Amino acid sequence: MCTQNEIMFTAEAKESITFTLNNKEYTVPVVPGERLLDMLRNRLGLSGPKEGCGAGECGACTVIFNGINLNSCLIPAERADGAVITTIEGLSEGIEGDLDPVQQSFLDHGAVQCGYCTPGMVLSAKVFLDHNKSTPVTRPMIKEALSGNLCRCTGYQKIVDAVYACAPVKGDPEEEGEV
Amino acid sequence: MYWEKYYFAQSIEETLELLKHYEGDARIMAGGTDLMVQFKYNYLSAKVMVDIGRIKELNHIRQENGHVSIGATTTHTALATSPYLQKHFQVLASGVRTIGSPQIRNAGTIGGNVANAQPAADGSIALVALGATICGISPDGPFSRPIESTFLNPGECALNSTAELITSFTFPAPGPRDRSAFVRHSRRAALALPIMNMGLWLRLNEEEDGIEDARIAIGPMARVPFRAKKTEAFLRGAKLSEAVLDEAGELTFEEVSPRDSFRGSAAYKKELVRVYLKRAVLEAVGERSVGK
Ligand SMILES: Cc1cc2nc3c(=O)[nH]c(=O)nc-3n(C[C@H](O)[C@H](O)[C@H](O)COP(=O)(O)OP(=O)(O)OC[C@H]3O[C@@H](n4cnc5c(N)ncnc54)[C@H](O)[C@@H]3O)c2cc1C
Ligand code: FES
Ligand code: FES
Repeated sequence: MCTQNEIMFTAEAKESITFTLNNKEYTVPVVPGERLLDMLRNRLGLSGPKEGCGAGECGACTVIFNGINLNSCLIPAERADGAVITTIEGLSEGIEGDLDPVQQSFLDHGAVQCGYCTPGMVLSAKVFLDHNKSTPVTRPMIKEALSGNLCRCTGYQKIVDAVYACAPVKGDPEEEGEV
Repeated sequence: MYWEKYYFAQSIEETLELLKHYEGDARIMAGGTDLMVQFKYNYLSAKVMVDIGRIKELNHIRQENGHVSIGATTTHTALATSPYLQKHFQVLASGVRTIGSPQIRNAGTIGGNVANAQPAADGSIALVALGATICGISPDGPFSRPIESTFLNPGECALNSTAELITSFTFPAPGPRDRSAFVRHSRRAALALPIMNMGLWLRLNEEEDGIEDARIAIGPMARVPFRAKKTEAFLRGAKLSEAVLDEAGELTFEEVSPRDSFRGSAAYKKELVRVYLKRAVLEAVGERSVGK
């Protein structure tokens, strides 16, 4: 029989979490009630993920989380435990190093203006391209894949062109359509 | 600070025990897409989170014993990309495909969509059209009841997420003459709430030239997902024809009484259901099956 105060579950609230971030392993103490976005920016010094809206609407905080794109403003930091996470910092060594082909394509196509949306855009594009290595890619598919990333500057056309240029198998270049 | 303690429940039993132990201070967290926004704007607070995302049995799409079972933590992405659902349950696959954005669908779950009890939640509308049963477990034991009985008011669910857990949704396995469709009207295709959304399920008669049974769910037309029961009754036994569909649209127009809201005026929403009822049927059965 259980006494009244006996705890009947074996789960423990974690004191620290361990995860792989940009190919490096980290163990950090839990800060209760923290968002993944804040952990990345404030504690790990990664300013690539940005806070636009903080409410899931803009995608500026996008990270690649176990192979899919998520808004880090909506993810509890605790959930990083055991995860593999990539931010824009994990794609290259910066301008001096070799850029990821998607980053290079953004530069080549003039797809960056103020740059606030760019890390999220590039990461959503990476996930999309990774999932479509052998599917013919069209512009409407790209628009749909990037529909959770808002850009106030470019008008999107150059971003879509930059991603299209990276697709290993290209579908009809003229195909247009509602997303 | 949004919460003080964060648990990953390892099993359904452990979820219930954690909730019980904290006596109302702990709340279930699934994808977090609704909760994190509610925390941000201080609409809600909870001392303890019980994350159910790592309980494997809550994440499934399967057909068994004449029923389809969808686990509560199945994400919208998993539902929208399931070839099985795309083939047999268009209303659900394309309904959840309209939710938010890829990032939102990658995190958001069907259980959270229903528990949030919004009258135009796309997942809820689809499940109501399928006549789904909600299965779960409360401190008194397992329960299963019609999904419609869980919606009380906008944002208010009969289920208490600080004590009870939704485990799955079930609905009958697909029949050879069953058809369904989901239609939606919004300002943009992505990241836009529906001005009107509608889930439709039909069973054709044996000749496949008429309708044997129908279920229609529409949002946001009332305080809960709205069942167009008069239109359903009219469609039962009706032959498929343009004239019949026009008349059905007229009936739906008459039986909804939406309110003016930031999404659109009542008059506009009424016009929408008239047009979209017909579109939904045509999409479900294919335009060629419909006579003049
Ligand atoms: C930017 C944005 C756009 C959106 N667009 C749409 C849209 O177009 N259409 C739409 O329908 N929705 C939309 N949503 C709402 C949201 O994404 C969905 O309702 C989602 O399905 C909620 O699921 P979740 O797992 O994230 O829920 P959570 O946030 O984890 O939980 C929501 C509520 O449900 C409870 N809960 C969750 N799972 C269970 C369970 N198994 N048992 C008992 N209680 C449970 C929680 O305690 C909480 O109260 C949008 C949200 C955002 C942020
Ligand atoms: S900051 Fe996360 S989606 Fe806008
Ligand atoms: S480049 Fe400025 S927001 Fe996209």
